[in-house]
Amino acid sequence: MTQSARPEHPAASESRRGFFAKVAAVACGGLATLAPVAAGLWTFLDPLRRKGAAATFLPVTELSAVPDDGVPRQFAVVAERIDAWTGFAREPIGAVYLRREKGSTEVEALSATCPHAGCFIELEGNARGFRCPCHNSQFSLDGGILEPSPSPRVMDSLECRVGPKGEVAVKWENFYSGIAGKVARS
Amino acid sequence: MNGKSPPRRSGLLTQLGDFFDDRTGWRAAVHEALYERVPGGARWRYVWGSTLVFAFLTQVITGLFLWASYSASGQTAWESVWYIQHEMAGGWLLRGIHHFMAQAMVVLLALHLLQVVIDGAYRAPREVNFWLGLVLMMLVLGMALTGYLLPWDQKGYWATRVATNLAGLVPLVGPAVQQLVVGGPDYGHHTLTRFFALHAGFLPATLVLFLVVHLVLFRKHGLCARQPITKPDAMFWPDQVLKDAVAMLAVMAVVLGVILVPAVRTMLAGGTVVPGELGAELGAPADPSQPYAAARPEWYFLFLFQFLKVFEGWGATGEFLGAIVVPGLIMGVMFMMPIVGRWQLGHRFNIAFTLGLLAGIGLLTGLALNEDYYALWADRQQLAEAEKIFDETQGDEAKVLAAVGGDKPRAAVIVGQFAKVEKLRRSESFLAAVKMARADAERAVELAGRPERIPPGGALELVRHDPKAQGPRLFAQHCGSCHTHLDPAQPGVEALLAKSSAANLHGFGTAVWMKGLLDPEQVAGPAYFGNTAHKDGDMVGFVQGDLQDHDTWKPADIEAVIAALAAESGLGDPETPAAVVAQGRTLVASDERCGACHRFGENGTDLGTACDLTGWGSREWLVGIITDPTHERFYGDLNDRMPSFGKAAEGSMPMLKDDQIGLLADWLRGQWYRPAAAHR
Repeated sequence: MTQSARPEHPAASESRRGFFAKVAAVACGGLATLAPVAAGLWTFLDPLRRKGAAATFLPVTELSAVPDDGVPRQFAVVAERIDAWTGFAREPIGAVYLRREKGSTEVEALSATCPHAGCFIELEGNARGFRCPCHNSQFSLDGGILEPSPSPRVMDSLECRVGPKGEVAVKWENFYSGIAGKVARS
Repeated sequence: MNGKSPPRRSGLLTQLGDFFDDRTGWRAAVHEALYERVPGGARWRYVWGSTLVFAFLTQVITGLFLWASYSASGQTAWESVWYIQHEMAGGWLLRGIHHFMAQAMVVLLALHLLQVVIDGAYRAPREVNFWLGLVLMMLVLGMALTGYLLPWDQKGYWATRVATNLAGLVPLVGPAVQQLVVGGPDYGHHTLTRFFALHAGFLPATLVLFLVVHLVLFRKHGLCARQPITKPDAMFWPDQVLKDAVAMLAVMAVVLGVILVPAVRTMLAGGTVVPGELGAELGAPADPSQPYAAARPEWYFLFLFQFLKVFEGWGATGEFLGAIVVPGLIMGVMFMMPIVGRWQLGHRFNIAFTLGLLAGIGLLTGLALNEDYYALWADRQQLAEAEKIFDETQGDEAKVLAAVGGDKPRAAVIVGQFAKVEKLRRSESFLAAVKMARADAERAVELAGRPERIPPGGALELVRHDPKAQGPRLFAQHCGSCHTHLDPAQPGVEALLAKSSAANLHGFGTAVWMKGLLDPEQVAGPAYFGNTAHKDGDMVGFVQGDLQDHDTWKPADIEAVIAALAAESGLGDPETPAAVVAQGRTLVASDERCGACHRFGENGTDLGTACDLTGWGSREWLVGIITDPTHERFYGDLNDRMPSFGKAAEGSMPMLKDDQIGLLADWLRGQWYRPAAAHR
């Protein structure tokens, strides 16, 4: 556009009218566009309303399946699960390590989720400790840190109950990773 | 604007603006965009193009957000749309805006086209831009067509089947094109992924490309001003922009109005607004095994649907002509408009053609709606006699004269009304189908909302295993030609019962049903044994004879027997005192009472003379009798005409599978999922 195309020297009333028109145009256009943006954000933010399942004790195995040799064994945690619109009947939702000291009937449970960045911690082949394959966090068999290890805290222990008939149940919880404190996600 | 502005006192914002202006020249660009001269001043008639851009922008915004929650596959498309619509906060509004703005866009397209043609804006040098506009129109219609399928509900599924089958009629390439679009020989996951890619990827990307060129050319040529110019020129900003913005707001207000007016109505009527029921409809999940007589395209394609009927009887050739050749010719004429419009007469032809086309579309749409909804406004009083004779003669015109007693002029009038009667009947079945489709959709939504949610196999699995959804269908298909299932309390039931040839199974297993059976007035009536071989059987004789001897059968005894049998089915009144039920059981078992013929528990009566009353009306009992009524537990050799639905003749399949028989039994017993009142 060339300068000459503009109307010349608009009168004061003209410019006031122009100002009003500009404000009104921006307001109308903005309001019209606000509707889809607002509806979109409203829906997009829906996940923030949703809470994870409350921490509950889930049956994992029998006491007899956890040998009293101090070596952790990996067990799947099975539960019903709802994923948005789909309801799953009982299926594996995660894993825990269970171990038992010689002669003890108490079972210790460690979450298999690495407190560093949330990868799946593996039991080393020689059963001397745990190692996370992602960033080499290393832990002892009782979950303590073995330096060098990038993990900010020891492996997350989970509450564990042994029932009268030897059924082992674990309180299934997830914790925030990457921080020194063990804070449950709710 | 030139790059070097004079030094001025400036705030931080201005300095920041200057910094970027020096490096990008954005001020000049904005100036260029806004200060376009509008010859003759701003006008309302120029707003249509801008509202279309706005509508497209709205679709992009809402579409992207929908995309964030949509999942395109046979087991998740309906389910994810259900979740958006009924579970996600604001999902109903998001989907509603997307759905209704798509429809608004079609209307705006028509208005924009009409304005361009009337103003002759396609003439030199704007021919190419007109052609681009036509391409844009087809792209928008393509997005409307592909979007219709994505919820994978019955209406989208069947409409798409029709549309893709029509595409298959194109000579030579048709079948290949169809198979490519569908993603294989059958409709499924890849139909959805492909339609989704078309809808949200290929088509909008192409549209943006064409739109950019369309807008660039529009700015190059300037606005095609309405002649004669009487007012002074104005600037695009803010004069025309204000009008455009007001029009955009009006369009959005209409869309929001369509979504929200039902909510306001509900509130005014004192009801509770359920957000999931607002906005765009979601039908029952797509089911290739269920007929869907309510299948219609979206209203803006209804004219094509109706137009195809013109070629009825021509077979595939007719459909090819109606769906492809004629629309193709019309598009061809429209593409020629800029050439034809060079002459004044040609321009008039173009206007007349466009108006005629829109009028034709309007007329066809009206005809389609009239055919479908005729029953709502037809004068039934006037057609009553014709309807009666139509039923008597089964539409056979040759028999009408006899039916009206040889009155020739009257016969002619009646025959003349037969077309209307047929139209009425078609409309009635369409409306019934729509009603059924709504009920199915509501039920699917109800089932999906169970606390257990949808099984991994998808919502169709839920619907297929739902007695409430499947029971009436199975009953109509397999039982309804003899049995009825009618609430005796409804008016006008007698006439329907009289036509049946077996018992009315409404409320079977309940005390009410049993009470009717033991009523001497009813037992030989059409609701029980009246229209069966058992009309003169022992049971009818017993109810009308021995049972009326009130010294033996005190009214309290009969009540106790009824209570005991209702308890057997599990459908009895839980309030009934246990002592009454126990007394009834003793009477039923006694070999001087019911037990004389009927086996009941361990009473030792031989099977084969009458039905075993152990667990009468229970699921197991019903499954048993439907499976094989000739079994000695039921009618044995005395079975009237009832087929053994679950028993296969050698080398063939049974008429009903076990799970279907189970669904029927559950439905007859009224056993299906009901949402807790608090859930709604």
